[in-house]
Amino acid sequence: MRYLPKSPAERREMLSAIGANSIDELFECIPERYRLREALKLPGPFSEAEVIDYFKKRASENSVGYTSFLGAGVYNHLRSVITDTILLRGEFLTSYTPYQAEITQGTLQAIFEFQTLMCQLTGQEVANASMYDGSTATTEAALMAERLTGRRRVLVAKSLHPEYRDVLKSYAKHSGLLVEEIPYAASGMVDSKSLHAALKDDVAAVIVQSPNFFGVIEDVAEDADAVHAAGALLVVAVTEGVSLGALKPPVEADIVAMEGQSFGLAPSYGGPFVGVLASREKFVRQQHIRREKATSNICTNQALCALAATVHLTLLGKEGLREMAHQNLSKARFALSELEKIPGVKRKFDSPFFNEFTIDLPRSARIVNAELLKEKIVGPLSLGSLYPELTKTALVCVTETTSRAEIEQFAGALRRALEKPL
Amino acid sequence: MNGPTNKRIEKASTHPSQNEGLIFEKSSPGKRAFELPPLDVPDANASSALGKHFRADGVSGFPEVSEIEVVRHFTRLSTWNYAIDLGMYPLGSCTMKYNPRVNEFVARLDGIASEHPYQPDELSQGCLKILQLLEKCLLEITGMDAITLQPAAGAQGELTGLLLIRSYLERQGNPRKKVLIPDSAHGTNPATAVIAGYEVENIKSESHGQIDVEKLRDLVTEEVAALMITNPSTLGIFEERIPEIAQILHAKGALLYMDGANMNALTGIARPGDLGVDVMHLNLHKTFSTPHGGGGPGAGPVAMKKILEPFKPVPVLVEKGDGKLALDSNRPDSIGKVRAFTGNFGVLVRALAYILAYGSGVRQATEDAVLNANYIRKGLEGVYDLPYSLPSLHEVVFSDAIQKRNGGVNTMDIAKRLIDYGFHPYTTAFPLIVPGALMIEPTESESKEECDLFIQAMKSIAEEAAQDPEFVKHAPHTTRVSRLDEVTAARKPILRWNPAGASKAAR
Repeated sequence: MRYLPKSPAERREMLSAIGANSIDELFECIPERYRLREALKLPGPFSEAEVIDYFKKRASENSVGYTSFLGAGVYNHLRSVITDTILLRGEFLTSYTPYQAEITQGTLQAIFEFQTLMCQLTGQEVANASMYDGSTATTEAALMAERLTGRRRVLVAKSLHPEYRDVLKSYAKHSGLLVEEIPYAASGMVDSKSLHAALKDDVAAVIVQSPNFFGVIEDVAEDADAVHAAGALLVVAVTEGVSLGALKPPVEADIVAMEGQSFGLAPSYGGPFVGVLASREKFVRQQHIRREKATSNICTNQALCALAATVHLTLLGKEGLREMAHQNLSKARFALSELEKIPGVKRKFDSPFFNEFTIDLPRSARIVNAELLKEKIVGPLSLGSLYPELTKTALVCVTETTSRAEIEQFAGALRRALEKPL
Repeated sequence: MNGPTNKRIEKASTHPSQNEGLIFEKSSPGKRAFELPPLDVPDANASSALGKHFRADGVSGFPEVSEIEVVRHFTRLSTWNYAIDLGMYPLGSCTMKYNPRVNEFVARLDGIASEHPYQPDELSQGCLKILQLLEKCLLEITGMDAITLQPAAGAQGELTGLLLIRSYLERQGNPRKKVLIPDSAHGTNPATAVIAGYEVENIKSESHGQIDVEKLRDLVTEEVAALMITNPSTLGIFEERIPEIAQILHAKGALLYMDGANMNALTGIARPGDLGVDVMHLNLHKTFSTPHGGGGPGAGPVAMKKILEPFKPVPVLVEKGDGKLALDSNRPDSIGKVRAFTGNFGVLVRALAYILAYGSGVRQATEDAVLNANYIRKGLEGVYDLPYSLPSLHEVVFSDAIQKRNGGVNTMDIAKRLIDYGFHPYTTAFPLIVPGALMIEPTESESKEECDLFIQAMKSIAEEAAQDPEFVKHAPHTTRVSRLDEVTAARKPILRWNPAGASKAAR
């Protein structure tokens, strides 16, 4: 086997040095009746060429050749080949968590730069070394707010990513945290009337996402005043990091929980990504030394993904990020104007947006998407399964990677789909 | 250099020591490392589109550098790291094995890396087949009935496992109060139990380092939800009476959770499912070779017995009548989600690539891992104190008792001196039941030659510790930074670069 660096003679030599007659002797500590007598039924062994062939076949059964207008927390952005070139250096790729600081200064300095970049982006004072993803970072932010305030209720905007809300609920369920959802208003923003009504003195945190799940930019500054007046903390979740190249950072937030996938990480069918937790400096503290008193069970971060984000953002730099954000802004507006020309298609929320927006269709978005698929277009996300009241609403995402021609094809295909008799 | 010189070091190259500042210090306005294709739609007026939300000045402080500077900067930083690609990484419990490069290649294929988690199932059959095959392989390896690939890491797998147990017990009418955890357990176990809403009760090991079964019998009451066991234990010792332990728990309606961190000792040899384990997690970044990457990403699938299956996190992979695969979220008893989307898919791809390369030959990897650990144990027995003498599987735990007695050198000093010899340190001061532990796990990826060099280095350090303890206490001597003050770093952390120079955190 090509990964194993021993010849049969060396194995025999080592066994004899140990004083064992056979390798089986070394496993005698396992009661015999539990030792497998037969080989495991696994496919393989495969040569390198066969392994590649297997995955190329699987790749061909996916969406290659389709144009996608999906976003909703996972975005297609340009990535430089430099990022992977650095990531594939064995010194980064095959290094462990930097517990031995003398021989991991490379990883440590990269993380320090990552933390700095995240602070600059989010307008926060400190950032951590990364979390699993945006959903778990948001959950940690809620748990952090619970400890900081000593309160147990968390108000969550319904326009926070549905999967982030699901993850928060799984963690909250057994830790005594009460999660309450705040509806969205006709503007697509969090409904401030409902928010104010729910903001009692037992609220630990209010969690809003901006741009929110519908693509709408929330009025974070305004929310912050009400939240702080009630003695609660404001957590702002960001799923599309590139937006911060064009949008004012949520400096009014006490904690920012961000998904960093947009910074050089491929969609990869949902992961691995990189979560970011940034906050005010006064919240920084040491983990409890007693194991059962620990406030989080997370053992490691997503260092390599954080490195990808660091290299990517360093490459982009101030101007590159600004330009990328601007292109997203321009393309999304162009797409909206093309789609609005189609009879029956209406913009759902009349609020500022970045690179995602929702449209109302004259018929079920799910059925429309099935038509678009026939023209090799993965249509915008149909919101019906996540928001039962929005079955005819679709969430469109357009990034700098979407060409004008693709947008026009999409608009044409949508027009044809809607012209078809039901 | 005073004291025992480094002339005995046969393996190491000098640690690179070139200077490299922070990238922010190289910045100068107008430099670019990335260019976008020209905009092919009308230019939006950002100020009027975004109004008061517009960040007119861009991100203040972001670097402005050229491509060559970025490449050099990160390449230089990389040279300051130790890595598996440079040599042996005997970190006990961490299973630092070779990370095959083909795994990186396939995870980056167009059609794999490019796929969106919300694209229709009919366009994701390739991804779903990968998930299905990995599920089947891991079930075969663990001997369990069902599995979820969603957890992003081992610790999240632990939480998922305990939430499954909790939901199951709730369904029986009582979630119960306590989780029992041996004193040799990984630190994440107790932290996880607390987050799952349980009280932790520690169990002391008996004199051979195994679970005290008689004591366990007394501890297991109707209040106990589960026992979290690591097998082989963190001492590298197989818990011989695990089937009996499972029976004791089951008789009282409690379940057995197995921390699968040490599956590198069992893969192809024995299956937790056959041993009475009800639920366990696997660390794909340990046993299944996905790269640690300086601390993640990992993946922590959770395998379980049939009774826990209804509670699996959503979505669940299902095969439909027409043979097509789909993700099903309509599972009323599910514990919900522990992570957004379908888990760390890219990591799962790498793990499957590893399994396919071995097939049933994965048993040979386990055998070599155990062979290496025992070879090192034999080589160092007598030189270092062996507090528990039961047979070792994939790792061996010594203590610094001899060195501490003769000159006051401790496990951390020895570990740091090992760096000078060109090795990454072993795990120090863990498991907690061994004072001054040296926890060594070579994995199957080390040749006899590398094991021999390691044994020689450890013997040489033992001699140095006896002859010139001060020299060892001040190791490492060849790295670009010497031993750091970790206590002050934890108490007064500086967490970011600040343009003003003086960090607020430093004050």
